[in-house]
Amino acid sequence: MEIRNAVAGTLESGDILIQIAPASGEGLHIELDSSVQAQFGRQIRHLIQETLSGLGIQQADVKATDKGALDCTIRARVTAAAVRATGKDVWKD
Amino acid sequence: MFVPGNNPGMMADAHIYGPDSIMLDLEDSVTMAEKDAARLLVHNALKSIDYGDTEMVVRINPLSTPYGRKDVEAVVKAGVDVIRMPKTETADEVRELEAEIVKVEEELGCVGRTQIMAAIESALGVVNAYAIATASKRMMGIALGAEDYSANLKTQRTPGGAELLLAREQIVVAARAAGIACFDTVYSNLDDMETFRKEVELIKTLGFDGKSIINPRQIEVVNDVFAPTQKEIIKARTILAAIRDAQAKGSGVIAVNGKMVDRPVVIRAERTIALAIASGIISKEELQ
Repeated sequence: MEIRNAVAGTLESGDILIQIAPASGEGLHIELDSSVQAQFGRQIRHLIQETLSGLGIQQADVKATDKGALDCTIRARVTAAAVRATGKDVWKD
Repeated sequence: MFVPGNNPGMMADAHIYGPDSIMLDLEDSVTMAEKDAARLLVHNALKSIDYGDTEMVVRINPLSTPYGRKDVEAVVKAGVDVIRMPKTETADEVRELEAEIVKVEEELGCVGRTQIMAAIESALGVVNAYAIATASKRMMGIALGAEDYSANLKTQRTPGGAELLLAREQIVVAARAAGIACFDTVYSNLDDMETFRKEVELIKTLGFDGKSIINPRQIEVVNDVFAPTQKEIIKARTILAAIRDAQAKGSGVIAVNGKMVDRPVVIRAERTIALAIASGIISKEELQ
Protein backbone atom coordinates (compact mmCIF):
# COMPACT_ATOMS: atom_id res chain seq x y z
CA MET A 1 0.00 0.00 0.00
CA GLU A 2 1.39 3.39 -0.99
CA ILE A 3 2.08 5.67 1.98
CA ARG A 4 2.47 9.45 1.86
CA ASN A 5 3.68 11.66 4.69
CA ALA A 6 0.72 12.42 6.94
CA VAL A 7 -0.01 13.86 10.38
CA ALA A 8 -2.97 13.68 12.78
CA GLY A 9 -3.50 14.85 16.34
CA THR A 10 -2.05 17.64 18.47
CA LEU A 11 0.35 18.18 21.33
CA GLU A 12 -2.43 19.25 23.71
CA SER A 13 -2.95 17.44 26.99
CA GLY A 14 -4.96 14.24 26.52
CA ASP A 15 -4.02 13.99 22.82
CA ILE A 16 -1.34 12.29 20.74
CA LEU A 17 0.42 13.49 17.58
CA ILE A 18 0.92 10.76 14.98
CA GLN A 19 3.27 11.27 12.04
CA ILE A 20 3.38 8.60 9.35
CA ALA A 21 6.03 8.40 6.63
CA PRO A 22 6.96 5.83 3.95
CA ALA A 23 8.98 2.96 5.46
CA SER A 24 12.73 3.50 5.55
CA GLY A 25 13.26 -0.23 6.24
CA GLU A 26 11.28 -3.43 6.60
CA GLY A 27 7.98 -3.54 8.50
CA LEU A 28 6.57 -1.00 10.94
CA HIS A 29 9.00 1.22 12.79
CA ILE A 30 7.40 3.05 15.73
CA GLU A 31 9.20 5.83 17.58
CA LEU A 32 7.32 6.77 20.76
CA ASP A 33 7.78 9.79 22.98
CA SER A 34 5.45 9.68 25.98
CA SER A 35 5.40 11.02 29.52
CA VAL A 36 3.95 7.65 30.55
CA GLN A 37 6.46 5.63 28.50
CA ALA A 38 7.66 3.53 31.46
CA GLN A 39 4.15 2.44 32.46
CA PHE A 40 2.27 2.32 29.17
CA GLY A 41 4.92 2.43 26.42
CA ARG A 42 4.43 -1.20 25.39
CA GLN A 43 0.67 -0.90 25.41
CA ILE A 44 0.72 2.28 23.28
CA ARG A 45 3.10 0.71 20.72
CA HIS A 46 0.93 -2.40 20.57
CA LEU A 47 -2.20 -0.29 20.03
CA ILE A 48 -0.56 1.70 17.22
CA GLN A 49 0.63 -1.49 15.54
CA GLU A 50 -2.72 -3.22 15.93
CA THR A 51 -4.62 -0.23 14.50
CA LEU A 52 -2.33 0.09 11.49
CA SER A 53 -2.42 -3.65 10.81
CA GLY A 54 -6.22 -3.53 10.94
CA LEU A 55 -6.06 -0.93 8.15
CA GLY A 56 -3.70 -3.08 6.10
CA ILE A 57 -0.56 -1.02 6.78
CA GLN A 58 2.40 -3.34 7.42
CA GLN A 59 5.22 -1.00 6.37
CA ALA A 60 5.68 2.56 7.55
CA ASP A 61 7.70 4.80 9.83
CA VAL A 62 5.58 6.16 12.66
CA LYS A 63 6.49 8.87 15.13
CA ALA A 64 4.09 9.20 18.08
CA THR A 65 4.26 12.06 20.60
CA ASP A 66 1.86 11.19 23.40
CA LYS A 67 0.42 13.69 25.88
CA GLY A 68 -1.53 11.25 28.01
CA ALA A 69 -4.07 10.15 25.38
CA LEU A 70 -6.72 7.51 26.16
CA ASP A 71 -6.68 4.32 24.08
CA CYS A 72 -9.72 5.52 22.09
CA THR A 73 -7.88 8.74 21.22
CA ILE A 74 -4.76 6.85 20.14
CA ARG A 75 -6.86 4.58 17.93
CA ALA A 76 -8.66 7.60 16.41
CA ARG A 77 -5.48 9.58 15.74
CA VAL A 78 -3.61 6.61 14.24
CA THR A 79 -6.59 5.86 12.00
CA ALA A 80 -6.85 9.52 10.92
CA ALA A 81 -3.13 9.64 10.07
CA ALA A 82 -3.40 6.33 8.19
CA VAL A 83 -6.42 7.49 6.19
CA ARG A 84 -4.57 10.67 5.26
CA ALA A 85 -1.42 8.69 4.39
CA THR A 86 -3.19 6.20 2.13
CA GLY A 87 -6.16 8.24 0.90
CA LYS A 88 -8.37 5.23 1.80
CA ASP A 89 -11.26 6.25 4.06
CA VAL A 90 -12.87 3.96 6.63
CA TRP A 91 -16.38 5.31 5.93
CA LYS A 92 -18.52 4.78 2.86
CA ASP A 93 -18.65 7.61 0.30
CA MET B 1 -23.40 20.76 27.05
CA PHE B 2 -21.56 21.34 23.77
CA VAL B 3 -18.09 19.80 23.59
CA PRO B 4 -15.85 20.30 20.53
CA GLY B 5 -15.45 17.01 18.70
CA ASN B 6 -11.78 17.65 18.00
CA ASN B 7 -10.69 18.02 21.62
CA PRO B 8 -10.02 14.61 23.19
CA GLY B 9 -9.16 16.07 26.61
CA MET B 10 -12.53 17.80 26.93
CA MET B 11 -14.35 14.79 25.53
CA ALA B 12 -12.82 12.54 28.17
CA ASP B 13 -13.67 14.84 31.09
CA ALA B 14 -17.02 16.39 30.12
CA HIS B 15 -19.27 13.95 32.02
CA ILE B 16 -17.44 14.56 35.30
CA TYR B 17 -19.30 17.87 35.64
CA GLY B 18 -22.68 16.14 35.53
CA PRO B 19 -24.50 17.64 32.52
CA ASP B 20 -27.75 15.85 31.61
CA SER B 21 -26.58 15.57 28.05
CA ILE B 22 -23.26 15.90 26.21
CA MET B 23 -23.32 17.18 22.65
CA LEU B 24 -20.12 16.28 20.82
CA ASP B 25 -19.80 18.75 17.98
CA LEU B 26 -18.61 17.89 14.49
CA GLU B 27 -19.99 21.05 12.91
CA ASP B 28 -19.09 24.66 13.74
CA SER B 29 -16.31 23.99 16.27
CA VAL B 30 -14.33 21.81 13.83
CA THR B 31 -12.40 23.26 10.88
CA MET B 32 -12.86 21.68 7.46
CA ALA B 33 -9.31 20.33 7.54
CA GLU B 34 -10.04 18.43 10.76
CA LYS B 35 -13.52 17.03 9.97
CA ASP B 36 -12.12 13.56 9.19
CA ALA B 37 -10.06 13.37 12.39
CA ALA B 38 -12.86 14.72 14.62
CA ARG B 39 -15.31 12.17 13.21
CA LEU B 40 -12.89 9.37 14.18
CA LEU B 41 -12.33 10.86 17.64
CA VAL B 42 -16.06 11.09 18.31
CA HIS B 43 -16.68 7.57 16.98
CA ASN B 44 -13.98 6.05 19.18
CA ALA B 45 -14.92 8.12 22.25
CA LEU B 46 -18.57 7.02 22.02
CA LYS B 47 -17.50 3.40 21.75
CA SER B 48 -14.98 3.46 24.58
CA ILE B 49 -15.63 6.13 27.20
CA ASP B 50 -18.12 5.24 29.94
CA TYR B 51 -20.40 8.29 30.05
CA GLY B 52 -22.75 6.58 32.50
CA ASP B 53 -26.35 7.79 32.29
CA THR B 54 -25.42 10.96 30.41
CA GLU B 55 -27.39 11.27 27.19
CA MET B 56 -24.95 11.34 24.27
CA VAL B 57 -25.74 13.60 21.34
CA VAL B 58 -23.61 14.39 18.29
CA ARG B 59 -24.14 17.49 16.19
CA ILE B 60 -23.34 16.36 12.67
CA ASN B 61 -22.57 18.44 9.59
CA PRO B 62 -25.49 19.12 7.22
CA LEU B 63 -26.18 16.31 4.74
CA SER B 64 -25.67 18.85 1.96
CA THR B 65 -21.94 18.98 2.82
CA PRO B 66 -19.39 16.26 1.94
CA TYR B 67 -19.19 15.38 5.66
CA GLY B 68 -22.80 14.79 6.75
CA ARG B 69 -23.35 11.21 5.55
CA LYS B 70 -20.02 9.99 6.89
CA ASP B 71 -20.86 11.63 10.22
CA VAL B 72 -24.15 9.69 10.35
CA GLU B 73 -22.40 6.39 9.60
CA ALA B 74 -19.69 7.02 12.20
CA VAL B 75 -21.95 8.01 15.07
CA VAL B 76 -24.73 5.48 14.46
CA LYS B 77 -22.11 2.72 14.32
CA ALA B 78 -20.78 3.98 17.66
CA GLY B 79 -24.26 3.78 19.25
CA VAL B 80 -25.03 7.49 19.76
CA ASP B 81 -28.35 8.23 21.51
CA VAL B 82 -29.32 11.31 19.51
CA ILE B 83 -28.15 12.99 16.29
CA ARG B 84 -28.54 16.75 16.27
CA MET B 85 -29.25 18.00 12.81
CA PRO B 86 -28.04 21.58 12.29
CA LYS B 87 -29.79 24.33 10.33
CA THR B 88 -33.02 22.38 9.82
CA GLU B 89 -35.50 24.21 7.63
CA THR B 90 -37.98 21.62 6.37
CA ALA B 91 -39.56 18.30 7.33
CA ASP B 92 -38.04 16.75 4.19
CA GLU B 93 -34.56 17.36 5.59
CA VAL B 94 -35.49 15.40 8.73
CA ARG B 95 -36.83 12.54 6.59
CA GLU B 96 -33.63 12.58 4.53
CA LEU B 97 -31.58 12.24 7.72
CA GLU B 98 -33.86 9.46 8.94
CA ALA B 99 -33.29 7.54 5.70
CA GLU B 100 -29.52 7.82 6.19
CA ILE B 101 -29.83 6.60 9.78
CA VAL B 102 -32.01 3.66 8.71
CA LYS B 103 -29.42 2.59 6.11
CA VAL B 104 -26.74 2.27 8.81
CA GLU B 105 -29.07 0.77 11.41
CA GLU B 106 -30.22 -1.91 8.94
CA GLU B 107 -26.61 -2.85 8.38
CA LEU B 108 -26.14 -3.14 12.16
CA GLY B 109 -29.51 -4.79 12.83
CA CYS B 110 -30.73 -2.11 15.23
CA VAL B 111 -33.42 -0.19 13.33
CA GLY B 112 -35.08 2.50 15.46
CA ARG B 113 -32.25 2.98 17.96
CA THR B 114 -31.12 6.49 17.05
CA GLN B 115 -33.20 9.56 17.88
CA ILE B 116 -33.14 12.94 16.14
CA MET B 117 -33.00 16.48 17.50
CA ALA B 118 -33.44 19.26 14.96
CA ALA B 119 -31.78 22.63 15.44
CA ILE B 120 -33.85 25.47 14.04
CA GLU B 121 -31.58 28.33 13.03
CA SER B 122 -33.42 30.35 10.39
CA ALA B 123 -36.70 32.17 9.76
CA LEU B 124 -37.83 29.35 7.44
CA GLY B 125 -37.05 26.80 10.15
CA VAL B 126 -39.14 28.73 12.67
CA VAL B 127 -42.05 28.98 10.21
CA ASN B 128 -41.85 25.19 9.66
CA ALA B 129 -41.24 24.29 13.32
CA TYR B 130 -44.30 22.05 13.76
CA ALA B 131 -43.74 20.23 10.46
CA ILE B 132 -40.13 19.61 11.50
CA ALA B 133 -41.16 18.46 15.00
CA THR B 134 -43.58 15.90 13.55
CA ALA B 135 -41.49 14.79 10.57
CA SER B 136 -40.37 11.52 12.15
CA LYS B 137 -41.14 9.25 15.09
CA ARG B 138 -37.46 9.58 15.97
CA MET B 139 -37.83 13.27 16.75
CA MET B 140 -37.06 13.70 20.47
CA GLY B 141 -36.71 17.47 20.45
CA ILE B 142 -36.23 20.73 18.62
CA ALA B 143 -33.75 23.40 19.60
CA LEU B 144 -33.14 27.02 18.79
CA GLY B 145 -29.79 28.03 17.32
CA ALA B 146 -29.84 31.77 17.92
CA GLU B 147 -26.63 32.99 16.31
CA ASP B 148 -27.52 31.89 12.78
CA TYR B 149 -31.18 32.77 13.37
CA SER B 150 -30.36 36.36 14.41
CA ALA B 151 -28.09 36.77 11.39
CA ASN B 152 -30.84 35.40 9.14
CA LEU B 153 -33.30 37.92 10.63
CA LYS B 154 -30.78 40.69 9.87
CA THR B 155 -30.51 41.61 13.54
CA GLN B 156 -28.23 40.73 16.41
CA ARG B 157 -28.53 39.19 19.85
CA THR B 158 -29.31 41.49 22.75
CA PRO B 159 -29.22 40.81 26.52
CA GLY B 160 -33.05 40.97 26.74
CA GLY B 161 -33.51 38.62 23.79
CA ALA B 162 -36.42 40.56 22.20
CA GLU B 163 -35.22 39.43 18.77
CA LEU B 164 -35.66 35.76 19.76
CA LEU B 165 -39.07 35.96 21.41
CA LEU B 166 -41.20 34.79 18.49
CA ALA B 167 -38.79 31.96 17.61
CA ARG B 168 -38.65 30.77 21.20
CA GLU B 169 -42.42 30.78 21.61
CA GLN B 170 -42.96 29.13 18.23
CA ILE B 171 -40.48 26.38 19.08
CA VAL B 172 -42.05 25.70 22.49
CA VAL B 173 -45.56 25.62 21.00
CA ALA B 174 -44.47 23.36 18.12
CA ALA B 175 -42.68 20.98 20.49
CA ARG B 176 -45.62 20.78 22.87
CA ALA B 177 -48.08 20.23 20.01
CA ALA B 178 -45.83 17.43 18.74
CA GLY B 179 -45.27 15.96 22.21
CA ILE B 180 -41.49 16.30 22.12
CA ALA B 181 -38.88 18.30 24.06
CA CYS B 182 -37.54 21.78 23.31
CA PHE B 183 -34.19 23.29 24.16
CA ASP B 184 -33.01 26.87 24.13
CA THR B 185 -29.92 28.25 22.47
CA VAL B 186 -26.49 28.82 24.06
CA TYR B 187 -25.41 31.96 25.86
CA SER B 188 -21.75 32.45 25.09
CA ASN B 189 -20.57 35.28 27.37
CA LEU B 190 -19.09 33.34 30.28
CA ASP B 191 -18.16 36.55 32.10
CA ASP B 192 -21.78 37.65 32.42
CA MET B 193 -23.46 35.03 34.60
CA GLU B 194 -26.14 37.50 35.71
CA THR B 195 -27.55 37.94 32.20
CA PHE B 196 -27.17 34.20 31.67
CA ARG B 197 -29.31 33.50 34.77
CA LYS B 198 -31.98 35.95 33.58
CA GLU B 199 -32.03 34.23 30.20
CA VAL B 200 -32.45 30.81 31.84
CA GLU B 201 -35.29 32.19 33.99
CA LEU B 202 -36.94 33.60 30.87
CA ILE B 203 -36.75 30.38 28.86
CA LYS B 204 -38.00 28.34 31.80
CA THR B 205 -41.02 30.64 32.01
CA LEU B 206 -41.60 30.26 28.26
CA GLY B 207 -41.81 26.49 28.76
CA PHE B 208 -38.47 25.15 27.51
CA ASP B 209 -37.20 21.82 28.88
CA GLY B 210 -33.60 22.97 29.11
CA LYS B 211 -30.83 25.13 27.79
CA SER B 212 -27.78 24.32 25.71
CA ILE B 213 -24.56 25.39 27.38
CA ILE B 214 -20.95 25.76 26.33
CA ASN B 215 -19.11 25.51 29.64
CA PRO B 216 -19.41 23.43 32.85
CA ARG B 217 -19.65 26.71 34.83
CA GLN B 218 -23.13 27.21 33.38
CA ILE B 219 -24.51 23.86 34.64
CA GLU B 220 -25.12 25.02 38.19
CA VAL B 221 -27.13 28.07 37.11
CA VAL B 222 -29.38 26.05 34.80
CA ASN B 223 -29.98 23.36 37.43
CA ASP B 224 -30.60 26.02 40.07
CA VAL B 225 -33.22 27.82 37.95
CA PHE B 226 -34.96 24.64 36.78
CA ALA B 227 -34.92 22.87 40.18
CA PRO B 228 -38.27 23.17 41.98
CA THR B 229 -38.34 24.59 45.54
CA GLN B 230 -39.08 22.39 48.57
CA LYS B 231 -42.48 24.09 48.86
CA GLU B 232 -43.30 23.23 45.23
CA ILE B 233 -42.17 19.63 45.72
CA ILE B 234 -44.28 19.17 48.88
CA LYS B 235 -47.30 20.63 47.12
CA ALA B 236 -46.77 18.37 44.09
CA ARG B 237 -46.38 15.26 46.25
CA THR B 238 -49.55 16.13 48.18
CA ILE B 239 -51.51 16.50 44.93
CA LEU B 240 -50.20 13.25 43.46
CA ALA B 241 -50.91 11.39 46.73
CA ALA B 242 -54.46 12.77 46.76
CA ILE B 243 -54.91 11.62 43.16
CA ARG B 244 -53.71 8.11 44.01
CA ASP B 245 -56.11 7.96 46.99
CA ALA B 246 -59.00 9.22 44.87
CA GLN B 247 -58.25 6.65 42.15
CA ALA B 248 -58.09 3.87 44.76
CA LYS B 249 -61.51 4.92 46.09
CA GLY B 250 -62.93 5.34 42.59
CA SER B 251 -63.63 9.02 43.21
CA GLY B 252 -63.66 11.34 40.19
CA VAL B 253 -63.25 14.84 41.55
CA ILE B 254 -60.80 15.68 44.34
CA ALA B 255 -59.71 18.74 46.27
CA VAL B 256 -56.46 19.57 48.04
CA ASN B 257 -56.47 22.32 50.67
CA GLY B 258 -59.93 23.31 49.52
CA LYS B 259 -58.95 23.72 45.85
CA MET B 260 -60.19 21.45 43.12
CA VAL B 261 -57.44 19.42 41.46
CA ASP B 262 -58.02 19.19 37.72
CA ARG B 263 -55.91 17.76 34.91
CA PRO B 264 -53.54 20.78 34.37
CA VAL B 265 -52.76 20.81 38.10
CA VAL B 266 -51.84 17.13 37.98
CA ILE B 267 -49.66 17.64 34.89
CA ARG B 268 -47.81 20.51 36.61
CA ALA B 269 -47.33 18.38 39.75
CA GLU B 270 -45.91 15.51 37.67
CA ARG B 271 -43.51 17.89 35.92
CA THR B 272 -42.40 19.33 39.28
CA ILE B 273 -41.58 15.84 40.53
CA ALA B 274 -39.81 14.96 37.26
CA LEU B 275 -37.67 18.11 37.57
CA ALA B 276 -36.94 17.35 41.23
CA ILE B 277 -35.70 13.88 40.25
CA ALA B 278 -33.69 15.27 37.33
CA SER B 279 -32.12 17.87 39.64
CA GLY B 280 -31.19 15.18 42.16
CA ILE B 281 -33.31 16.72 44.95
CA ILE B 282 -35.35 13.55 45.39
CA SER B 283 -34.79 10.03 44.13
CA LYS B 284 -37.23 7.70 42.39
CA GLU B 285 -36.90 5.35 45.36
CA GLU B 286 -38.16 8.05 47.73
CA LEU B 287 -41.39 8.21 45.77
CA GLN B 288 -42.17 4.51 46.24
